[in-house]
Amino acid sequence: METHKLEDVIAAAPFFRGLDPAFCATIAGCGKHVRFEKGQTVYRQGDPADTFYVVQHGHVALELPGAGRPLVHQTLHDNDILNAAWVVPPYRCHSNARAVDTTVAIAFDAACLRGKCDADHDLGYELMKRFVPIVVERLNRARLQALDVYGPGSAG
Amino acid sequence: MSIAPSRSDPMVPRRFRIVEKIHETADTYTFTLVPVDGETACRFAPGQFNMLYLFGYGEVPISISGDPAAPERLVHTVRAMGSVTHAFATLEAGDMVGVRGPFGSAWPLAAAEGGDVLIVAGGLGLAPLRSAIYRLLAERDRYRRIAILHGARSPETILFAEELRQWRRNLDIACEVTVDYAGTDWHGRVGVITQLVALAGFDPQRVTTFVCGPEIMMRFSVEALKKQGVADERIHVSMERSMKCALGHCGHCQFGPAFLCKDGPVLSYDRIRNLVGIAEL
Amino acid sequence: MSTDLALQIGEHALLARAEFGKLIDALRGQGYAVIGPTLQGGAIVYSEISGESELPVGWTDEQEAGTYRLKRREDEALFGYVAGAQSWRPFLFQPRRTLWRAKGSAADFAIDPDVRETPRFAFLGMRACELKAVSIQDRVFMDGIHPDADYSARRDAAFFIAVNCARAGATCFCVSMDAGPRAEAGYDLALTEIIGEGRHDFLLEVGSPRGAVIASLLSLRAAGDGDAAEAEAIVERTAQSMGRVLQTEGLKSLLQENLEHPQWDDVAERCLSCGNCTFACPTCFCHTDEDVTDLDGQAAERHQRWDSCFSLDFSYIRGGSVRPGIASRYRQWMTHKLANWIDQFGESGCVGCGRCITWCPAGIDITAEAAAIRASIEKD
Repeated sequence: METHKLEDVIAAAPFFRGLDPAFCATIAGCGKHVRFEKGQTVYRQGDPADTFYVVQHGHVALELPGAGRPLVHQTLHDNDILNAAWVVPPYRCHSNARAVDTTVAIAFDAACLRGKCDADHDLGYELMKRFVPIVVERLNRARLQALDVYGPGSAG
Repeated sequence: MSIAPSRSDPMVPRRFRIVEKIHETADTYTFTLVPVDGETACRFAPGQFNMLYLFGYGEVPISISGDPAAPERLVHTVRAMGSVTHAFATLEAGDMVGVRGPFGSAWPLAAAEGGDVLIVAGGLGLAPLRSAIYRLLAERDRYRRIAILHGARSPETILFAEELRQWRRNLDIACEVTVDYAGTDWHGRVGVITQLVALAGFDPQRVTTFVCGPEIMMRFSVEALKKQGVADERIHVSMERSMKCALGHCGHCQFGPAFLCKDGPVLSYDRIRNLVGIAEL
Repeated sequence: MSTDLALQIGEHALLARAEFGKLIDALRGQGYAVIGPTLQGGAIVYSEISGESELPVGWTDEQEAGTYRLKRREDEALFGYVAGAQSWRPFLFQPRRTLWRAKGSAADFAIDPDVRETPRFAFLGMRACELKAVSIQDRVFMDGIHPDADYSARRDAAFFIAVNCARAGATCFCVSMDAGPRAEAGYDLALTEIIGEGRHDFLLEVGSPRGAVIASLLSLRAAGDGDAAEAEAIVERTAQSMGRVLQTEGLKSLLQENLEHPQWDDVAERCLSCGNCTFACPTCFCHTDEDVTDLDGQAAERHQRWDSCFSLDFSYIRGGSVRPGIASRYRQWMTHKLANWIDQFGESGCVGCGRCITWCPAGIDITAEAAAIRASIEKD
């Protein structure tokens, strides 16, 4: 198996594009490679949000358990980030996350990563500049989903 | 002087008979029609629509979803939403419908030749685009990359699901489907169609995009396309307003200066960019 | 003094008031149903006449925003009013008609177009703005790939006798719209009524071969240069006394670029969305189709009737009306009439007849609304 140093993998990930190599090395200390098999649960709603994932390759479904069958409200794929709750108190997972297909990701220890950001606000700001636009984009998408544009009475 | 009864009077429907009815989804049906009275075939260009008359109920504008290479049959996909379309859903093979048309503008397929083509279809918006896809597949060598993106409410409401599966298996084209929500048995994508645009892989300088679906979905899709660097004149949308005469006479379908029944329904986005987003236009 | 003047197109002669009745007789003799101004319900109404006695002799009208009343004149003018309550539009573009009938069931039906004789109308007393309005509707219904058969047949059969305006009403602005007060084209015959110093004549001009035929049946006398000059002076005085002005320069882009101007909300406070303006307008062409079925469900008809962009139903697509607000409906009407029409048909849809102002129950004035938007933009 071909091996890469984690900091090089981080530097190559689109989410971290342009991040200073020194910062990549710093956060590599919080990270590790993980793999989820098809059908495996990544986390459950309410679990401690102790890990932040950057998906390298795979397919993860975010599910809202409700009455009866759970509903998938978002799927994540190559290069998507997973578990936004890592930086949002009280650090509890918002959905169930389940690997639909074999998924490989970089997993960051959330407490470690928060600690590095607290210690170096420049690093924290660099990460937030990458994180917040994605969260806002997902909010916009969720709004579009909530509009139920293809529902009854729509032109769709 | 008297008005001679004319077969070609565009206000008088021609009679067609339903020869096939396909139950697509819970509320959507595809009807195949053939002309009664030995009339000639109904040639059309992908993107155009007909006014379909249901005896005793009235008339509705419905886009043509069939293959332009087979004009001896008319294919229409109808979603039961209003009184006429609900009644339509009860028709069966053997029943008769009136047809006026085809009317309106078409997807500019010829202008897209030599470049990439991106299809962005939301919900029932796939119906008028299916005619364009048939033509694109028949003339595959005239285009570079072809990508089809389809967004639906949920897996059960995906239109033309079997054909989408075939297109996904076709290595000559790219095809992605996403739904707004799904059960855990769904193995495809969940999320809005706009996020597929960035993944579709096209040359923004050479792509021609055809967008059809609910107006809000089209607006967000256009924003996503512009973000990828696609110029307004390379984006074509199919707009909808009330349609009555379909001849540009009755005034109902006006969208700014355009009569959507004859200037549209397919319009280049650069023509309407100042109008979209204005409330109640 | 009867002559056997054979007038060519563009030539004129005098028709004495005493001979006027023969014009109506001649038209009727040629098989035309003569439609002219009459007094009905306290207004000038264009309707079928059989003789000159039915004309509104000695009557005039006073018009203002939201106001219309008839008044006696001091003379016996035949065309001393300004513009009738309704234009000639209903005679060419029918307010209601049956398109076809169907019999049968959903399994099998037959459709029969509604076929009727085309009436041959002679419109007596068309104002310049009204002639222009007909030419505007011609473009809507007769140009393009799907001419309207009923309109085209009525239009082609119709005979137009214009009467140049001898006075302007307070809501008139045809000069702004380049639509009057002199009838320049499109008529078969044109008249200018000359009254004064013991005379009451009409200067008659021939505008078409059909017009020349009718003129040949009349007792005319040669007109002198002085008569033509007097007729010209009458029209010129009218042009100088327009009640309203609409500044058309840049109006199209002014409206198209101000679709979200607060003035639309302002006018919506006053507009009742009754649609009177659209029904009184000589160029409004919007209509709808209705399907009716008899009670046993075996016979159906398609009807066409006038519609108004002020109705909620007008823009209805499933889920509701596209224009639920009055502001958006007024905006649709006015931007269509004064701006989008130019993109659609190459000219404005307004002829300055003033009917939309006169017949608005709230007295909304299209010229004032346009001026208000212009003033706010020019102030900025």
